[in-house]
Amino acid sequence: MMKARVTVMLKTGVLDPQGEAVRHALGALGFDGVEGVRQGKVIELDLAETSAAEAEANVTRMCEKLLANTVIESYRVEIA
Amino acid sequence: MKAAVIVFPGSNCDRDMAVALKAAGAQVTMVWHKEAGLPSGLDIVAVPGGFSFGDYLRCGAIAAQSPVCKALVDHAERGGYVLGVCNGFQVLTETGLLPGALMRNAGIKFVCKSQGLRVETTASDFTARYGRGEEIALPIAHHDGNYYADAATLETLNAEDRVAFRYAGNNPNGSVEDIAGVLSANRRVLGMMPHPERAVDKAHGGIQGEPLFAGMVGALASV
Repeated sequence: MMKARVTVMLKTGVLDPQGEAVRHALGALGFDGVEGVRQGKVIELDLAETSAAEAEANVTRMCEKLLANTVIESYRVEIA
Repeated sequence: MKAAVIVFPGSNCDRDMAVALKAAGAQVTMVWHKEAGLPSGLDIVAVPGGFSFGDYLRCGAIAAQSPVCKALVDHAERGGYVLGVCNGFQVLTETGLLPGALMRNAGIKFVCKSQGLRVETTASDFTARYGRGEEIALPIAHHDGNYYADAATLETLNAEDRVAFRYAGNNPNGSVEDIAGVLSANRRVLGMMPHPERAVDKAHGGIQGEPLFAGMVGALASV
């Protein structure tokens, strides 16, 4: 059994309105010097797979097909 | 002229869509998302607005993987007509039938109001009954209508005259180049954020969505 962690972020250059709103809110709270905020999501998967290489290949396919929209998002897969 | 309206858990404009199609003269069947196929002999499939699967993961992402959407893609690839409105537009981009993606509104807020639009092309059966450059008003109601496509895709869309509608006046959601609706390469798949099906009855404050349904149903009825 393996665990996979997928981090999905909006691609660099794609405006992230939620991140911007968080940045403004941090400024309003008095946290100075926050020059940028990007908000993404983390998806954790429990896999029956025992080979790390197979798990990574499978999760990458999941990202391409469903977990990320590669038109606007990039993703990173970590296997543990 | 036979039409189907796909219904997902969380769809909420499906019956409005059916009413608009029927008013234009179509026979309408409602199709639940678990159906593996669509009724035979369909001319058009409409993907309605709403919050399919609670907008989980991304708007339209889970709906796009449902069994009926495989049949929807086959229908489109055979040259069938498809209309996706609001969440339906999001579903169509997630299936890859239309390019680009719909992101969170630039102003973060859900926007619900009447919105001015400019008809950018009349070279489609959806828009043939409007005038080119005509300004109309349709209701919008969405949280994720911020259309995005990369520069190469935008160049193709513009070069092929595939932007059906742009927002007139203020852009309500930050969409790139004020895009409100786009056509497929064969001009038979239209995705748009505004709701033409909410503007087909005088009692509801406007009928500027009517030409879209009349054009589409009329073109198909005459085949």
